[in-house]
Amino acid sequence: MQTVLIHPLVVRITHWINVLAILIMITSGWAIYNASPLFGFEIPYAVTLGGWLAGALQWHFAGMWLFALNGLVYLAYGIASGHFRRKLLPVTPRAVLHDIREALRGHLAHDDLSVYNAAQRAAYVALILALMLLVATGLAIWKPVQFYSLARLMGDYEGARYLHFFAMSAVFLIVVIHVIMVILVPRTFPTMFTGRFRRTP
Amino acid sequence: MDRNFSIHRSPEVANLERRLFLKRGLSLGALSLLAGCEITDQEGVQRVLLAMSRWNDGVQDWLFDPKRLAPEFPESQITRPFPFNGYYPESEVREIDGASYKLELAGMVREKKPWTLSELYALPQVSQVTRHICVEGWSAIGKWSGVRFSDFLARIGADTSAKYVGFQCADDYYGSIDMATALHPQTQLSLRYADETLPPKYGYPMKLRIPTKLGFKNPKHIAAIFVTNEYPGGYWEDKGYNWYSGS
Repeated sequence: MQTVLIHPLVVRITHWINVLAILIMITSGWAIYNASPLFGFEIPYAVTLGGWLAGALQWHFAGMWLFALNGLVYLAYGIASGHFRRKLLPVTPRAVLHDIREALRGHLAHDDLSVYNAAQRAAYVALILALMLLVATGLAIWKPVQFYSLARLMGDYEGARYLHFFAMSAVFLIVVIHVIMVILVPRTFPTMFTGRFRRTP
Repeated sequence: MDRNFSIHRSPEVANLERRLFLKRGLSLGALSLLAGCEITDQEGVQRVLLAMSRWNDGVQDWLFDPKRLAPEFPESQITRPFPFNGYYPESEVREIDGASYKLELAGMVREKKPWTLSELYALPQVSQVTRHICVEGWSAIGKWSGVRFSDFLARIGADTSAKYVGFQCADDYYGSIDMATALHPQTQLSLRYADETLPPKYGYPMKLRIPTKLGFKNPKHIAAIFVTNEYPGGYWEDKGYNWYSGS
């Protein structure tokens, strides 16, 4: 038996910091949403963070530093080390559709944990892009005057609010699918701590 | 209504309420720990969060460009009706007598003579149609007219090297802003809304309009202005909202 390193240390550390950061950002963001809902529903108080608007804002604007700095480390590492190129590329629509169909039929194409199937690659790339959109729209909401040129791209302050919400929804959906997949393929879970898995020849 | 109910509440009812509250508290305990309703109130956590809020004050001060103007809009885009907001409901808006009104000045200013309303109306007036953004998330576009605040500060001989400008309001609200924002060309002592005398619900006789800050940084019914180097805080800021709150 041979052990193979599939998640480098930087990826494991940034992954778990990101879990904490996104948990803070989404639950405090839901409390902020409730102060002036964009749609005809509110998020249940029990799953929000901060207790009231001021507390939620404190968490959101503290959590953003953890999220952004951690994200920068991850992106810099992913680009510089070739991690993204190796693990996430190429992504072709045909391969993604094929692998999603296979997965829905119960044939999870994930026998070799060191290689992501096309559906996984698409999901991880989409997650990274949605998180970057959250940062951009968040900056536009926070500083619609100082970052006016950014806010204008998104339909000014009000447009950025909607985009921020939609990007959060995309992240939430991808995370839910991600967690379901880990539950379905539980041997992937310890690898995010150890970084390694045993490959049986 | 609520207050009357609690006064006439029998001990039995109070006890039942207490037990229900405890039961609910226990079943929600794990969830609320995760959700942090209690986490936020813990002393150490609160210290870190407030320290981050102060750090964000500094970052926002650094990001603030004193020459960058907030976008202005055509009058056709004005939000009608412009929403009322305050720390009390609209039915409790204070009625202030304009005839006896005097604006008091204090702190690091040369001319501390109080100003009557007619003296303020006689100063050169400017107008703006800008977006008011509430800390709650909603925004609305309105038209305000009045005295450019930097002109007024120059007129009263304010020491513009001081750090803060503070405000005391006739509705017991209070607040403060940084000097850079006070001197911004769009920061305005507003005496009119939509070309009419500022109505009570928008802060008669005078409010401070700052299109580069959130709504709660725009005090209404201003009774006194002071210039200082000592951090004056503010009504919402002292309850945990970010002090700088710039846009």
